[in-house]
Amino acid sequence: MSASKPDGLSRRDFLGVTGALAGAGLLAGKSTAGDGDNRPAAGGLGPDPVKFGLRVNGKDHEVAAEPRATLLDVLRDSLDLTGAKKACDRGECGACTVLVDGKAVYACMMLALQARGREIRTVEGLAKGEDLHAVQAAFIEHDGYQCGFCTPGQVMATVALLEKTPSPSGDQIRAGLCGNLCRCAAYNRIFDAAAAASKAK
Amino acid sequence: MAKRTLRVGYPGNYREIEVDSPDAEPAPWDADSKLAVVGKRSPRLEGADKVTGKAKYTADVKLQGMLVARVLRSPYARATARSIGLAKALKMPGVKAAIEVEKEARYHGQAIAAVAAETEAQAEDAVAAIEVDWAVGEHVVDVEAARKPNAPRVHGGKNPNERGGEAQNTATEEACVTALKKSHATVDITFTTPVVTHSCLESHGSVARWESDGSLTVWDSTQSIFGVRDGLARGFQLPAEKVRVVKEHMGGGFGSKLGMGQHSMIAARLAREAKAPVKLMLTRKEEHLAGGNRPSSVQRVRAGADKDGKLTCLWLQSHGTGGINGGANCAGPLMSLYNCPVRRLWHADVITNASPAAAFRAPGHVQGMFALESTMDELAGKLGLDPIEFRKRNDQNEMRQAEYGEGAKMAGWEARAHLPNSGGRHKARGLGVSASIWGGGGAPGAQARCVISRDGAVEIQCGTQDIGTGTRTIIAMIAAEELGLKPEQVLVKLGDTTLPFSHGSGGSMTAPSVTPAVRAATAAARGRVFEACAKSLKADADNLTAKGGNVVAKGGASIPWAEACSKIAGANVSEQATRAQNFRGYKDGTAGCQFAEVEVDLETGHVQVLRVVAVHDCGRVVNPLLAESQINGGIIQGLSYALLEQRILDDATGRMMNANFSDYRIAGPKEIPEISVVLFDVSNGRTNTGVMGIGEPPIVPTPAAIANAVAHAIGKRITDLPITPDKILAALGKK
Repeated sequence: MSASKPDGLSRRDFLGVTGALAGAGLLAGKSTAGDGDNRPAAGGLGPDPVKFGLRVNGKDHEVAAEPRATLLDVLRDSLDLTGAKKACDRGECGACTVLVDGKAVYACMMLALQARGREIRTVEGLAKGEDLHAVQAAFIEHDGYQCGFCTPGQVMATVALLEKTPSPSGDQIRAGLCGNLCRCAAYNRIFDAAAAASKAK
Repeated sequence: MAKRTLRVGYPGNYREIEVDSPDAEPAPWDADSKLAVVGKRSPRLEGADKVTGKAKYTADVKLQGMLVARVLRSPYARATARSIGLAKALKMPGVKAAIEVEKEARYHGQAIAAVAAETEAQAEDAVAAIEVDWAVGEHVVDVEAARKPNAPRVHGGKNPNERGGEAQNTATEEACVTALKKSHATVDITFTTPVVTHSCLESHGSVARWESDGSLTVWDSTQSIFGVRDGLARGFQLPAEKVRVVKEHMGGGFGSKLGMGQHSMIAARLAREAKAPVKLMLTRKEEHLAGGNRPSSVQRVRAGADKDGKLTCLWLQSHGTGGINGGANCAGPLMSLYNCPVRRLWHADVITNASPAAAFRAPGHVQGMFALESTMDELAGKLGLDPIEFRKRNDQNEMRQAEYGEGAKMAGWEARAHLPNSGGRHKARGLGVSASIWGGGGAPGAQARCVISRDGAVEIQCGTQDIGTGTRTIIAMIAAEELGLKPEQVLVKLGDTTLPFSHGSGGSMTAPSVTPAVRAATAAARGRVFEACAKSLKADADNLTAKGGNVVAKGGASIPWAEACSKIAGANVSEQATRAQNFRGYKDGTAGCQFAEVEVDLETGHVQVLRVVAVHDCGRVVNPLLAESQINGGIIQGLSYALLEQRILDDATGRMMNANFSDYRIAGPKEIPEISVVLFDVSNGRTNTGVMGIGEPPIVPTPAAIANAVAHAIGKRITDLPITPDKILAALGKK
């Protein structure tokens, strides 16, 4: 299965799916009729799972998921990639940050179907065998975490920042990471880790 | 008991004391101990798991046939469910079980019913299909309204909402009035603080599985695996050994995850009903609605001082709400920090139709210290005294006295009157200070086992939990110290109730409770290795030491650790130890102080904390890298409390209006100040390790230090937290 044609769906089908989602209120899992019939208006997909392809960490996967499933749920539940965490499920905390085509995104705010045909990178794909990515090594050395729950998101946001801005200033680091919350508040050391990783490159 | 002489105190101020320590324990470390591993900056042992996503949290547990649960919560602050109809929900796709939880709702967000389904989405759909016939009652969420005689009674009947009284051994009102009359300077200020939520990034949650033998296994995001075990055992009337609670990693614990939560019972009930494992993780909204919170406070402080700058009276009249729970008392700092001849406390818990409070990092102290240390600055101003000088005149703690000196130097206190200013007349800078105070001496009873195998492998088993503080790493460091090994050579097993008992991780108790047990168990196991290999070294076991990866005899002969262990008869040696009572020692609490430098934008009212200097002590510091992380975290949570956080309830509906992270803001990267930490090394001679806790102390002084810095910057005191821009502008007469 290739990334350009991951499954049998055309782009038009896909737009039909998202349109149906919005129109039929499927995001909330309810039909407009309120009679327990969850089928959307004609022309869309779902509510039953549909099969489609996702390219994650350089590997192609076929998944079956409801059209309303977020990328985060599919990564965690279907592909068992539990590094990205669900902490707010509404794009406020960044614990689910992954890279899609090189850009840091909140996986809870993107439907899995929207990620078809795109390069998804998660924290699980960073290290090469036992060799940690420079950002990962810097987080360990600088103690850029406490409980570690937000760490996969922080690491991915840092990777995205450094790929775009290899030598960020202190302000650029704060701006680059300002979408990621850490309740243990390891921020100062996350900044240190980001700065150290940028120098290590 | 053995009498041992220890050198205790802090650099520049040591003395010798004699302590009674258990015969079986190794000699306590003191100021003269030369340690190879303990005291070094050492990265966390589980670091690679945390940065690669391998670390499994409760939310990540996936079991064969596991269902997902969701909870129906009361939309009303006070209502009775006449009936709870589960039939429709049970017929929904994927639904395997549905249960009733509670019919009386006393706050918005109270659990009413729950369902388990094959997927989370199905469970959510099914919850929406539960039919409740509500009888909506009268609620009260405002703390002042709840005190009124005609207010709806939250717990019904004749139970008053206000439960108050004067503290024991407290001065009379008359004595206070007299003392204040005689004082040279007095203040009378009322301080208020909001309810704030813990907001752990990993929500509360459990995965429950009933085993074929009728026992129960629960994975739980908890600060207290044994607490959850005992709670579940009581709930299901099972012997405790029939319940096993597991927690490898957990995503944030600040007090609300102590003891068993209702979600654990719900998950286990659903699992029993569905005959399948059930996972229940609360959503962010549920966390805000029902995941615990720090109570509010209204603190009227009347205080006086004489001409010499000595306190004459501290009088606190306070009330606050922990929702349907009590626990709003915040008098700790005022009752214990300073010398004062006349001290009075009257406090009332006010019950409201709001979610129950829970312990939250230094319960009471954060609120109380804000009021006390704001008061101290106001009094100092009236006396014309420097705030630190005024504090020192009333503080007998010699450690804190020395800490003020260190901190003042680093913070540039001398130049306080001439702070630089980046924004001309539109901005104002200020520098403030606050004392800290906390216990953190640990408790007896924690157990640890050390197993050393014939191949030299070392395993420490301890039923404590690492809640992100680094417990796993410091346990390995203590054992490595005793065995002359490196921390990474020690495998630490924790977070499982099949391991030897340890307490819940609250009260900054974990490190001081666990490390003495680990050290004693390791020393005992090491003794067994020495006995086994003494012959090979042609030496007495008593004359052997373990260092640098070898076992070394007094004469100089040595063999590598693994070779020494190969002499063990049988598979391994295993020794268990129980943590003894604290010795009398040197000091039983922690001191500390913090300095905050802020810049206030006089046009917008925005407060930016530029820098915090934190001077803290926690006995022997096992790992400065991790201790500093604890301090950074406490400071930033304190900053968040001082400037950003507040739960907002709507009086009319009783509902929480900001149950998310957009409207309930916690500190993020843009708010973070530069932080300078000074760890004040104290040899306290209280246990065989002399370690104390540092989880709570660093949040205690931060809000007060920031409030004092803001007052210094703008010349007006904000007495109501959080210090938001509108309050700054109002104080400046710009609104």
